[in-house]
Amino acid sequence: MTIQLRRDWWLSDAPESALQARCGRFYRMGLRALRSPAMVFGLAIIALLVLAAIFAPWLAPADPNAQDISQRLLPPGAAHWLGTDQLGRDLLSRVIYGARPTLMIVSLVALLAAPAGLLLGMCAGYFGGWIEAVLMRITDIFMAFPRLVLALALVAVLGPGIVNAVIAIAITAWPPYARVARAESRTVKGSDFIQAARVQGLPTGRILFGHLLPICLPSTVIRVTLDMAGIILTAAGLGFLGLGAQPPMSEWGAMISTGRQYIFDQWWVAAVPGVAILLASLAFNLVGDGLRDVLDPKNG
Amino acid sequence: MRTRICAALIGTLLSLSAWAATPKDTLVVAKNIDDIVSLDPAEAFEFSSGEVVANIYEPLVRYDPQDPTKLKPGLASSWKPAADGKSIEFTLRKNAVFESGNPVRAEDVLFSYQRVLRLNKAPAFILAQLGWTPDNIAQMVRQPAPGTLQLSWSGDFGPAYVLNVLAARPGAIVDQKLVLQNEQAGDLGNGWLMRNSAGSGPYKLKLYKPKEVVLLEANKQAANPPKTGSVLIKSIAEPATQRLLIESGDADIVRDLGADQIDALKSRNDIRLEEFPAAAVHFVALNLQNDKLRNPAIWEAMRYLIDYDGISKQLLRGQMRIHQAFLPVGFAGALTTTPYKLDPEHAKAILAKAGVNGLEMDMDVINSPRFMDMAQSIQASMAKAGIKVNLVPGTGSQVITRYRARKHQAILLYWGPDFYDPHSNAKSFAYNVDNSDGAYQSTTTWRNSWLIPELSAKTLAALREADPAKRATLYQGLQKEVQANSPFIIGFQEQNRVALRSNVKGYVQGPVADLVQYDGVTK
Amino acid sequence: MRRHAGPLALLRWGISLVLMLFVLLLVTFLIGKAAPIDPVLQVVGDRASPEAYQEARHRLGLDRPVYEQFARYVANAARGDLGRSTSTGRPVGEDLRQYFPATLELATLGIALGVLFGVPLGMLAAHQHNRWIDQLLRLVGLLGYSVPVFWLGLVGLLVFYAKLGWVGGPGRLDDIYQYTVDSWSNLVLVDTLRAGNAEAFRNGLSHLVLPAALLGYFSLAYISRMTRAFFLEELSKEYVLTARVKGASELRVLVRHVLPNVAAPLLTVIALSYAVLLEGAVLTETVFSWPGIGLYITNALFSADVSAVLGGTLLVGLCFVLLNTLTDVFGLLMDPRART
Repeated sequence: MTIQLRRDWWLSDAPESALQARCGRFYRMGLRALRSPAMVFGLAIIALLVLAAIFAPWLAPADPNAQDISQRLLPPGAAHWLGTDQLGRDLLSRVIYGARPTLMIVSLVALLAAPAGLLLGMCAGYFGGWIEAVLMRITDIFMAFPRLVLALALVAVLGPGIVNAVIAIAITAWPPYARVARAESRTVKGSDFIQAARVQGLPTGRILFGHLLPICLPSTVIRVTLDMAGIILTAAGLGFLGLGAQPPMSEWGAMISTGRQYIFDQWWVAAVPGVAILLASLAFNLVGDGLRDVLDPKNG
Repeated sequence: MRTRICAALIGTLLSLSAWAATPKDTLVVAKNIDDIVSLDPAEAFEFSSGEVVANIYEPLVRYDPQDPTKLKPGLASSWKPAADGKSIEFTLRKNAVFESGNPVRAEDVLFSYQRVLRLNKAPAFILAQLGWTPDNIAQMVRQPAPGTLQLSWSGDFGPAYVLNVLAARPGAIVDQKLVLQNEQAGDLGNGWLMRNSAGSGPYKLKLYKPKEVVLLEANKQAANPPKTGSVLIKSIAEPATQRLLIESGDADIVRDLGADQIDALKSRNDIRLEEFPAAAVHFVALNLQNDKLRNPAIWEAMRYLIDYDGISKQLLRGQMRIHQAFLPVGFAGALTTTPYKLDPEHAKAILAKAGVNGLEMDMDVINSPRFMDMAQSIQASMAKAGIKVNLVPGTGSQVITRYRARKHQAILLYWGPDFYDPHSNAKSFAYNVDNSDGAYQSTTTWRNSWLIPELSAKTLAALREADPAKRATLYQGLQKEVQANSPFIIGFQEQNRVALRSNVKGYVQGPVADLVQYDGVTK
Repeated sequence: MRRHAGPLALLRWGISLVLMLFVLLLVTFLIGKAAPIDPVLQVVGDRASPEAYQEARHRLGLDRPVYEQFARYVANAARGDLGRSTSTGRPVGEDLRQYFPATLELATLGIALGVLFGVPLGMLAAHQHNRWIDQLLRLVGLLGYSVPVFWLGLVGLLVFYAKLGWVGGPGRLDDIYQYTVDSWSNLVLVDTLRAGNAEAFRNGLSHLVLPAALLGYFSLAYISRMTRAFFLEELSKEYVLTARVKGASELRVLVRHVLPNVAAPLLTVIALSYAVLLEGAVLTETVFSWPGIGLYITNALFSADVSAVLGGTLLVGLCFVLLNTLTDVFGLLMDPRART
């Protein structure tokens, strides 16, 4: 049966197919989500970020890399709404363009770390035995590693740059996902419907992806959105040590790091990207909390 | 209940307020001292360790920090070059004693030089260029009569050069008796001297905690005891924190503030700002191992593509002055003409005439704020003539590792002299007779693969020249040649800006690390 | 289900510990070797003659094949000799004894503050789910997550130290006390107490307050959020309803009934936060000039001081494993299913 655009089809209490049931569930979740003002606010900001990233050349009033040393360190004013940095570049334009590398880092890390951790955790929890022991030991090793050492070392070896920073952060970010996924898989693996699937002779892959995954996915998604703030700040920390996005790229973390010399007098140089990061984190957190409220019916 | 807890907490906090002033007889200096490897003068070769060593030990002769072209007596009260120009006779200062009370003897001088050569650490090459080896040093340094010393050398240079060498850091004289008492496993006291001192200078080392603090205490045996009893150099890595310290009076001198941070302190009457010229020159160098960079038209065009005014008067004002030759101001013979200025149109014309277009290069740069700002400015000004510069930042050690292996394309770096003679810089920028990979040199010319046999000959001639006036003229010629025809675009000379509490007087900071003197400071 | 009791389990634990540390060392070692930084430069500097360079290289054992260098390191480490740091010139063990207690002191105070404030606040937020106080607490926690550490630290120093003079400045002690107090454990609070120097003790505390509060704030953000999540899950369960019906006060329900059930996962969360703090917050240590292990490891990495990095990693890894084990054991003890 095909997807229909009528509202009553989506809200029908007697779905005629699995597809319709699923669509109905998502639609209802969406409605519930939109009822929370915090969630709406978060989504709006994220939408703003994405728009800024896509339409930066049209939104930004000036070239983010255009230097004018005679206009350096100007406070926010008419000519430059958010002031200028130490090389005379317009901060508003830089922060708008900065949405691109920031969003790129956050989404790439999430797309790398979460699935890897999820998969590993699910396998560990489901198969148990020595597979679980080995996988968990690996996870423990990565967790025991001082994160900064691992990230710094990788960037030192691979060279500075956004992509390498992403890899470095992702490698330190996946263990918590694995742990949670493993804990959940362990609990669920003994449950009835998994047993039933096994008895039916379904291949392991199908069980993992068809049955286990939908259970573990919601908490992972929630964790990812909540961790995004942390990812942005870790990238900022790497930028602080000179190992993230390279100049003149206006990645927010790198901007804060250069702005720290002017923190007391020309506070706007660090404050502008700082507020941007704060808003982005806030948005992701609100969305994450909202998702938890929506996806985890026990907390409703 | 909650308010009571809050009140108690605030009360405790209030009672914990710090005593915001430094102790009367201790000078507190805030500076990043992470670079110190050792305080043994035979090993100390970094900025921070050089400064500490200079206040603890005395060489035979010293530079005057206010005019480093003039030599002053150190542990030698007078000296006379021999007629054949191949040796010098020194008279040791009468009644000179070390901090331990042991008198300073010729044996101590011999021992000090000998251990530098035997230990063969970073600064050893400075003394080794006098033709001294651990085996022949006993013949080179002799005692013709009690209280006198005769130093000979082999090499094609005169007494003036040798005196400059002896005044450098490895020329510090250590107390042989005390050092040998603390020797372990034949290390000539190297391990002990890392943390302890055995000198005759105004201060002795009371405490050294790596990366944390150096505490100097007045040496009561010194000929001229220092005016302030102790000097506490604490390691504060963050310049913004240093600023808070000086503003609240918890530090007397801070050394690492940025240009804008210093400017922000101008309005305060309790803080004074001082500027000291430094002997470091900053430049962009092109590695001629890359074919695309070999065309001299590129070098010439790039000379017009740095915003000299913008960088020195605005971006890094007070910390860089425009200087376009390899001898910094303060050396005899320094060339002070600055014929180049930012002129993208002229640069474009030069490139067009040479048929160069679409040039792109990677420029290595150390990722500290000062260099990064300069690099980004250069990146932008180069783009004005169509040259695309990609920045490759890295930490100091990363950048230098690549540089030594000649893996870079362009690099933004600086050079400070190893000791106070023009030859140190001349060798770096105007001497290279063997460009092969096996003939490793730490000179700027070798590292950028610029082979210059003729200019090298002229450099050696300048080294040999005995007459100071003629020598200065020769160096001027060398600088003009390098200024106009080399793959080095020298743009700036560094200046050190230091913030001090207004009651601190007598602080002297010469152009190099060994010329920082604390003994005249009063509070 | 006390299946982990007994010497066999201890042996298994010991083996797994050693194995883990070994892998940690191996990976760190390889990373250190692969980094494009020349460790000899740290020792001889850039201008040394080629002979001095080669000599130093030989003395550091760097002219040996890589596997031999590693084997040598492991053999020495097993005897307690962690090598010599090229950036401080001292044995790494001595370095760690100087720098780790600084981080330990700060991290411990920080986590104590984080737990002291975080758990009750999380409980409150869960209890007042979706009311304004919940939103407020979440916002405050969120700020702790999203504001860069050094910014808060510098502004904190500006306000509380420079302007108000309420707390001590950067560093662990005022200059006057630094070198008059005998450093035995290198924990300022312990050493000053041992010396009986009350003024120095108060001074040390005044220097600890601000950075510990900062770190406490960051752990609080995470701890309160997790506490809230755990409590929310429990509060909808039957036994809570039962307790309430039986007339227990809200506070009693939360503390006596729910808290023991969430103690195990909560402790895991707290242990994780503690481990994160113990690895040394480089940015905090930079801003406060706190000579801790974060700065030590970072500087060592940047100068390719492999021994120092290995030593630091070993220590932090060991702490992590210990914390992990403690929480696992505690979890087993607290597991209500094991009690029957």
